[in-house]
This record gives sequence, C-alpha cells and structure tokens, in this order.
Amino acid sequence: MKILAIDTSTSVMGVALLDENKVYAEVITNLKKNHSIRLMPIIDQLFHEVNWLPNDIDLIAVAKGPGSYTGVRIGVTTAKTFAWALHIPLVGVSTLEALAYEHYHFMGYISPIIDARRGQVYTGLYQSNDNRWENVGQDRIILLSDWVDVVREKKDKVLFIGDDVTLHREKIEQAMGEAAVFSYPAFQFPRPSIIGMLGEKRMESGKIDNTFDFTPAYLQLAEAEVKWLEKQKG
Amino acid sequence: MISWKKEMDLNKSQRNNRKLDGPINILGIETSCDETSVAVVQDGERILSNVISSQIDIHKRFGGVVPEVASRKHVEGINFILQEALEKADLKLDDIHAIAVTYGPGLIGALLVGIAAAKAIAFAKRIPLIGVHHIAGHIYANHLVKPLQYPLIALVVSGGHTELVYMEDHLQFEVLGQTRDDAAGEAYDKVARAIQLPYPGGPHIDRLAQKGIPSIPLPRALMDDSFDFSFSGLKSAVVNKLHNAEQKGETLNKEDVAASFQESVVDVLVTKTIRAVDEKRVKHVILAGGVAANQGLRSRLKEKSVELGFDLTIPPLALCTDNAAMIASVGYFSYLKGDWSDLDLNGIAGLPLPKDK
Ligand SMILES: [Zn+2]
Repeated sequence: MKILAIDTSTSVMGVALLDENKVYAEVITNLKKNHSIRLMPIIDQLFHEVNWLPNDIDLIAVAKGPGSYTGVRIGVTTAKTFAWALHIPLVGVSTLEALAYEHYHFMGYISPIIDARRGQVYTGLYQSNDNRWENVGQDRIILLSDWVDVVREKKDKVLFIGDDVTLHREKIEQAMGEAAVFSYPAFQFPRPSIIGMLGEKRMESGKIDNTFDFTPAYLQLAEAEVKWLEKQKG
Repeated sequence: MISWKKEMDLNKSQRNNRKLDGPINILGIETSCDETSVAVVQDGERILSNVISSQIDIHKRFGGVVPEVASRKHVEGINFILQEALEKADLKLDDIHAIAVTYGPGLIGALLVGIAAAKAIAFAKRIPLIGVHHIAGHIYANHLVKPLQYPLIALVVSGGHTELVYMEDHLQFEVLGQTRDDAAGEAYDKVARAIQLPYPGGPHIDRLAQKGIPSIPLPRALMDDSFDFSFSGLKSAVVNKLHNAEQKGETLNKEDVAASFQESVVDVLVTKTIRAVDEKRVKHVILAGGVAANQGLRSRLKEKSVELGFDLTIPPLALCTDNAAMIASVGYFSYLKGDWSDLDLNGIAGLPLPKDK
C-alpha cells in the first residue's frame, strides 16, 4: 500500500512516502518557513525521486493538529483535496500522537507538548501497554500548571516530548522532580513516516476519515467566537 | 517519472506549436474573503457551473468578516463545493484542462485554503496551475456577460477595493487610480453602522437613498486631476454631521443621510470614470465588484453612457460579488498565453494588479 504522509501543523514540515512498511522517502524541516510555498514542490520532488506518480497512491495520511491554525489548514486542505481528486482514502493523525509514538518503547506515560501561548499547552497522554498503543488522556489545550497536576496523579514516570518542552522544562521539573523524563533533540518533532504508519494502521482497522467532512483538530474555538459567546452570557 | 514541473514546462512548449482543438475547461477556485466558490468555465466565457457558498450569515453576528472563522469555513466546505461544481457542470476532473485560483489580494489565511486545494488538484491530475489576481477576476466577470472590447475602462468597486483600470488588450492592466484609504464598500459599511443599519450596510444605504433627498452638504475628495479616490474623509464628515445634530437634540433623517452620502460617492466615482473615458478615448466602460449592484451608481453611469455615447457593461448581481467563474475566465486567457504558475505559488494579501500579465 503506497502512502503519502503530510504534516504542516507546526513549524515542522514533513513529507514521507511509504510502501509495505518501508519508508522510501522522508523530508523534515524544522524551520519557521512558509509551508504554503514549500510543501508542494517538496512533494513533487519526492515523487520524482522515488519514481511514483500521484495515481499510484493508495492512502493519504495527514497530521490534523493541534498546532498552528494556518499551518494545519495547508496540510489538511492539500491532503483532503488530493484524496478527493484521486478517489483514495484519507486518514488524519493527531500531531501529538505522532510526536509521542517515537517513544513507543518508553515504560511509563508520554506527554507530547506543543506550546499554545499564555502558559497553555496542547497535550495528551499516550502509553504502550503489552505492545498495545493507547491514548490514555485525550488531546486538549490546558494550562501547563494544571497539566502537571493531572499527570503527577499517575504516580509514574512521564516523558515530555516536543521542541516546545524547553519553554516549560523548568516548571515541569519543579512540579514533578524525578518523575519527569525528557527526550533528545533528534526526537523532538513529529515524523511524517510515523504519521503514514499510524494512518495505515487506522485504515486496516477500518477507521478512515470522511474526505468531505474532515477538518483540523484546532482544539479551541476562534478567538472571535469565544468573545461572542462570552458576550451572549452577558 | 518526470516531475510535475518538468511535465508542465514540456506541455507549455508543445502547446505553442499546436492548435488547440475542442473547448477548454478551466476549474476556478475563489476563497479570498468570505465566499467559498468553485466554478467550471468553458473557453473563458461559458459558465458550466458557478457554486458560491456565502458565509455572510456566519459573520453577521461579528459585524464584519472574521479572518480565522472564514478560513475554517473554507476548509470545511471546499471539497463539497468542488464536487458540486463538477456535478453541475456534468464533467469529471479528467475533463478539466487547468486549475485557476485567486492568489491575492485578500485575507491571507483564506487565500491559502484555495491555493492548497488548487495545487493538490493540479499536482494529482498533472494539469497546469494558474494564479489569478482577484481584481482581474472582477473585471473578467464582464467577459462572462459579453466579450470585452478593447480599449476599455473598468471601474472596480467593492468592500475591499476601489480601482479605475485601463486595458488595451487581454490581461493588460493599467491602474489609473485607486483608493488612498477606505474602499467605497468599506465606507458604506461604516456609514451604515453609524446610522444603525445591519451589516453589510451597502444594500441598506442604497435602498434608503432611493427614498431620501441629498440635502446634506458633504465633501467630494480629490476632485483634482488625480484618478485616486479617498472615502475616509467623507465617512468622518457623515459621522460628524450625525454627532453635531445629536448634540443639538436634533435627529437627521436617515434616508436623507443615506441619499447625501450615496450622492457624494457616486459623484466622485462617475466623474473620475468619465474623465478616464475622455482621456483614454475609450468606447467601452465596465463596472465590476460588489458595489456594482448599487442602484444609484448603476443608473448614473447608464445616464452618462447614453449622454456621451459609450458602451456600458454591468454584470448581473451574482457575478458582481466574489465568485469563481470570474477567476476561471481570467485563467483561460492566462492558460492560452502560457502564463502558468509553479507549485510554490503563495497567497499575497496585498497583491498589486500586474501591469502586463
Ligand atoms: Zn472581490
């Protein structure tokens, strides 16, 4: 099964081509550069190098967020329109899950972190139990200070992963002490090959997304909506 | 396999040596503001479908378009609208020759959704991608009514722009003048708010103006040799008059305020258009953009066209507001010219009209 995986949901841009559990190509940049300009030329180049045509693709996997609103829309719109144009299935994968999955073998809980400003983070809780990968704490936006209280309750080691962990590392260490574990720079960003792999698993278990309805997981309302709702309450 | 880019370059060079046979179908995509629209247009003039999904009801409660909300809605709707446009045109994606998409000016987040969709289709189906300027689109809305005759003067007025454009031939735009501050439509919305009319205010002011008398003296800005416009002073003058009246315990008749404001706007727009017609010696004037629906502006331009003997084209309402058919029409001429875009096409919020494109 030939898979195209795309991620533009954070400052990381990733594209991967996979087939039969083999990663043929993977490009990752971790730059705050324009995803809109760079995404499609890189996809074109990878197809050319791997010698595939768009028609060969059987599945599109895309990072659905959370992350940058504008960024995630570029990847999601590209992916769902590509799937629509070629009549192939689409699977969305949580950016946080992709980030966590790199540490599949970690014994304990995994908390992927994407900064959401004003002391907030996008995060969730993942764990592999007897080789079964599980999402044990839903993706959410939460104040980091509240989140450390939540995970401390688990009374187990928690691995914090993501480029943005550095922004909060001090606070995490203060709150959690020895229970907090940190990752390495090479594993700090979501990899598109993992998004492709997780996408394939989802598809095999029949969990494909509806191409038409599919939208990013923003995890929060637009600011104008929040203000409007507050005004209604009076 | 050769890359998409190489293949397009080859297509382009081969096209130049070959006569085009059969009709050319262009799929247009427009998401620059709060309308998600997809259209299929044949040979730049025949609309096979033009699906427009307006978000106006969603933005009404905010009193204006909220960019983040608009961008989210575009992503939610884009594939439904693509599908509907193909079905209404009774075509398959394989029947499409090229994808045309608005790449500016407009709300950047909103533009990027349309552009991402356009690129994905162009790449997946290995067909050309064509970036189109939104104002060029408004002008070409007229080509869908009646073939453009050159040279011409186009007056483009909408919520986002006020421009006077001279054209000698297809895709050759010379901007004679534009607004130095607010767009005409923007001034309409602001004045409407000042007299407590709902958003969007343009149609309401137009309706009230028909019943009122333009009895309140208001300024006409930049009535010198310049073709540029300015409407923010006029808007402030209206607000001041309302304020002064209120302080004196008087109330101005809303209909008269609307009529006086509209009179001033129409006066400036028409006077400058006529002077451009005269200076450039053209026989054809076209009106474009959302404000082209305005009755006051339409009837004054019609009077002048009879009096001075020039042809006037005003598109029907559905083609005045943002739509993808107008983008596909421009796309057709760019397609013929080989003026194609690369996959690095980006959205540009403040894109100027290309002089010779
Ligand atoms: Zn417009």
